[in-house]
Amino acid sequence: MPPRKRPTLPGLDGPAIVQEARRLLAPRVEQPTRRAFLQRTLSLGGLALLSGCRLSDDESVEQALAAVSRFNDRVQGWIFDPAQLAPTYPESMITRPFPFNAYYGIEDVPQVDEADYQLELAGLVADKRPWRLNQLRAMAQVDQVTRHICVEGWSAIGKWGGVRFSDFLQRVGADTQAKYVGFKCADDYYTSIDMPTALHPQTLLALTYDGQPLPPEYGFPMKLRMPTKLGYKNPKHIQAIYVTNTFPGGYWEDQGYNWFGGS
Amino acid sequence: MADTQTIHPAWLRITHWLNALAVLIMITSGWRVYNASPLFDFYFPDSITLGGWLGGALQWHFAGMWLLMGNGLLYLVMNLGSGRLRYRFFPLSPRGVVADLSAALRGRLSHADPRHYNAVQRLVYLFALLDIAVLVLSGLVLWKSVQFETLRALMGGYETARYIHFIAMALLAAFVVLHVLMVALVPRTLSPMIRGK
Repeated sequence: MPPRKRPTLPGLDGPAIVQEARRLLAPRVEQPTRRAFLQRTLSLGGLALLSGCRLSDDESVEQALAAVSRFNDRVQGWIFDPAQLAPTYPESMITRPFPFNAYYGIEDVPQVDEADYQLELAGLVADKRPWRLNQLRAMAQVDQVTRHICVEGWSAIGKWGGVRFSDFLQRVGADTQAKYVGFKCADDYYTSIDMPTALHPQTLLALTYDGQPLPPEYGFPMKLRMPTKLGYKNPKHIQAIYVTNTFPGGYWEDQGYNWFGGS
Repeated sequence: MADTQTIHPAWLRITHWLNALAVLIMITSGWRVYNASPLFDFYFPDSITLGGWLGGALQWHFAGMWLLMGNGLLYLVMNLGSGRLRYRFFPLSPRGVVADLSAALRGRLSHADPRHYNAVQRLVYLFALLDIAVLVLSGLVLWKSVQFETLRALMGGYETARYIHFIAMALLAAFVVLHVLMVALVPRTLSPMIRGK
């Protein structure tokens, strides 16, 4: 806003006008202030009473919390050092059996048929030709043993192998200046990540688990494995990858999980 | 502060109550987060937690952390800058703590001057201060285990940091119970923390 100058009006008695205005406005101002004060005091009291659920149901509270969460996304983007690597572990430390986790039970795991499968590309990508699994297997493969941390707090160590995601993005001519990479999955899951994490050296388009082709429960035909992100940011059964500057959200993120969701 | 009647300066009262609010938010939302994957064989009753579900509790937790950290830093800066930390909390000796504790348990500890913290108060308040620092640092490891590598190593790794975070919370909760109990026993101390005198 440009700085405002107080206009000088000759021939007017300033203080008298202000006094008159105050007198006229006073009865109107008093009530709303009192009401606002009461409201504030009451919401503080509500907090002290800690009827937590009711407080969270308040729409304005939800909006404020969502705004802080988006602010936290930005802060986490600043904190993120693309060269900082997640710790890796010896194979002897792999958690066996590695826990299955999804928003549905293990009996509902989608069974994707490799013969029919194609990975689709969309958005800010130069070469949008779909990919077959064998083409991905023909690219340079990397193995890593890292810790998977769930938003619930538990963690487990696993071994994933596949294509470095940054190699893949370069290969298909993705616009790596874009903000987001989004994923659509065969289990109707969807999520999206920031470009710096997509280009992180430990971010893998994982095709194997523990040296075997990725089993269905761990995300066959492929999972994006990021040791710098919480579990819900690691999509399984990926069917389509797209690059975009429009915030894509995600299955859990749209319900309130933090979008950056990682370390 | 020019007022000689003032026992607690305004900045202290403000940071105290903001801290109380932050701790309340962090602990009750933290309990909900704990319930999603308990470390021990018990849950916190949902009715005394904040957030309604894991996602909501995490939103509260990661909003409350700014209040806890920002207010905590303000408190430290004011406390160190004004010299209050030094003259209110020190000297502090084990012998003084033992002497004041036994006097307190026999009901013979004087509370005549609320400006003066006895040795037990000094120890317990300093403990609460350090405990909150441990909570913040272990929380940073849980939040950013990859980025804060040195801190993660200091906390013994991600999984150990979860236990440290929990135990520090339990100790802070115990402090809150004790603190409120003592105020109930010596209600004269409440007014100075609200009105300053």
